[in-house]
Amino acid sequence: MTVPILFARDICVTIGSNEILKNVSLSLPKGSLKVLIGPSGAGKSTFLQTLNHLIPHDSGCLELNGKEINLNNKRELYAYRQQVGMIFQDFNLFDHLNALDNVAIALRKVKGVERQTAHNRAMQELKRVGLEDKATLYPAELSGGQKQRVAIARALAMDPTVLLLDEPTSALDPELIGEVLAVIRDLTRDGLTMVMATHQMDFARALAHEIVFMQDGEIIEQGSPEELLQEGTSSRTRDFCARLVTAIDDKR
Amino acid sequence: MDPFYTNELIPALNRGLVMSTMLIIPSAFFGLLGGILVGTFRVFGPKPIQRLFNAYTAIFRGVPLMVQLFILYYGLPNIGIYFEAYTAAVIGFILCSSAYNSEYIRGALLAIKSGQLQAASALGMSKTQALVWIIIPQAFRRALPGCGNEMIYLIKYSSLAYIVSCIELTGEARAIAAQSFRFTEAFTVVACYYLLLVSIATYLLKKVEKRLAIPGFGTK
Ligand SMILES: Nc1ncnc2c1ncn2[C@@H]1O[C@H](COP(=O)(O)OP(=O)(O)OP(=O)(O)O)[C@@H](O)[C@H]1O
Ligand SMILES: [Mg+2]
Repeated sequence: MTVPILFARDICVTIGSNEILKNVSLSLPKGSLKVLIGPSGAGKSTFLQTLNHLIPHDSGCLELNGKEINLNNKRELYAYRQQVGMIFQDFNLFDHLNALDNVAIALRKVKGVERQTAHNRAMQELKRVGLEDKATLYPAELSGGQKQRVAIARALAMDPTVLLLDEPTSALDPELIGEVLAVIRDLTRDGLTMVMATHQMDFARALAHEIVFMQDGEIIEQGSPEELLQEGTSSRTRDFCARLVTAIDDKR
Repeated sequence: MDPFYTNELIPALNRGLVMSTMLIIPSAFFGLLGGILVGTFRVFGPKPIQRLFNAYTAIFRGVPLMVQLFILYYGLPNIGIYFEAYTAAVIGFILCSSAYNSEYIRGALLAIKSGQLQAASALGMSKTQALVWIIIPQAFRRALPGCGNEMIYLIKYSSLAYIVSCIELTGEARAIAAQSFRFTEAFTVVACYYLLLVSIATYLLKKVEKRLAIPGFGTK
């Protein structure tokens, strides 16, 4: 078996007396897209943030390309985070920088790339997400969908080996979801390794290599969309999705 | 024109104006710089440093500036530290101004969403890099109106320098008034000088705000 690109082993997180993640393990083979689903409060966001150590875990370990990361070594941690890009639900673009500088700033200040080169690279990434004509606009001047695409360009500019996406479309108006999903779909085609928390079940069904169902801080089930979502199978995942669909239908 | 103005008052006030300017400019500059540093350490510093700078702010905001200047100029020599009048005044102003500015900066830092720091960290920035390139530039813009206000105050409290025998605008005006007994004229003219200084400062601050303006950051 080939070594997974990213491997999280037995991650536990406790805040106060609250066990938020209980021995969660996840293995990401190269080029795979794993989709995290589960009810609100299941721990999806927390787990994604432990994967790049924005939230420290109490026990467990992270391995990149088979090598355990020493998270106490600041240098190693910062280098690791450059390899693991992250996309947030509410975009978190840097509000004082225009789209181009949002993408270029980490290239310049973290990777030490010279200004002009960084800008060229940033422009290339903006093109990739279809926003080269918005380069000089500030976050306040962009739509939600455009902001999220800039955020994706910003992460891609660092040449990450893995991309973590935490509900990248759930802060968006329905008509803007498509443009962001289209970009993510292109990334799967380019073979980028990704973990994504989402409620977009059609997207997950179509593109996920594996669906991971979480509840109460644990992984309850994982498997291919066919295994978990096929008519006639009785999986927790299928129950959850059925309820999700009814909930959406009720709203209409 | 009355030779009192042309021969006595105006030349003296012009001398005072030079001294006032020499007090105000370095105090404003280092007071702002100090405010940014102190404010940042009060929010993001290690706990002991936070406590230290909180105490500093409490003291320098809590004690009247006049008392601070007295201590700097007349008190410290008792423990063997001597300052020139000018140096004592500038140090006093910088310390006081930094304390007030740090409060504006602190408020602005607290108002910045935690997502900004998270996004910076997720890109591999160290905490210091994130503060320098992402957090402080945003906080500074938000704190600018407050810090500008502090500078305007500074122009006026710079008149306290005369009590440590650093003779600036107010000091010169007092001397002339006491000598000639023409208090009304002397202090009316000095009031105009301060008004002029404050107007210039207000104009410059507006320019800086315009220069730093970014869509989504308050000033339209
Ligand atoms: N800073 C915190 N302090 C205490 N508890 C927290 C904190 N952050 C999250 N939690 C708790 O951790 C659990 C998991 O939260 P998390 O945000 O990871 O869920 P989620 O699966 O992402 O939910 P959603 O679908 O709503 O985004 C929740 O019960 C939440 O209340
Ligand atoms: Mg979440």
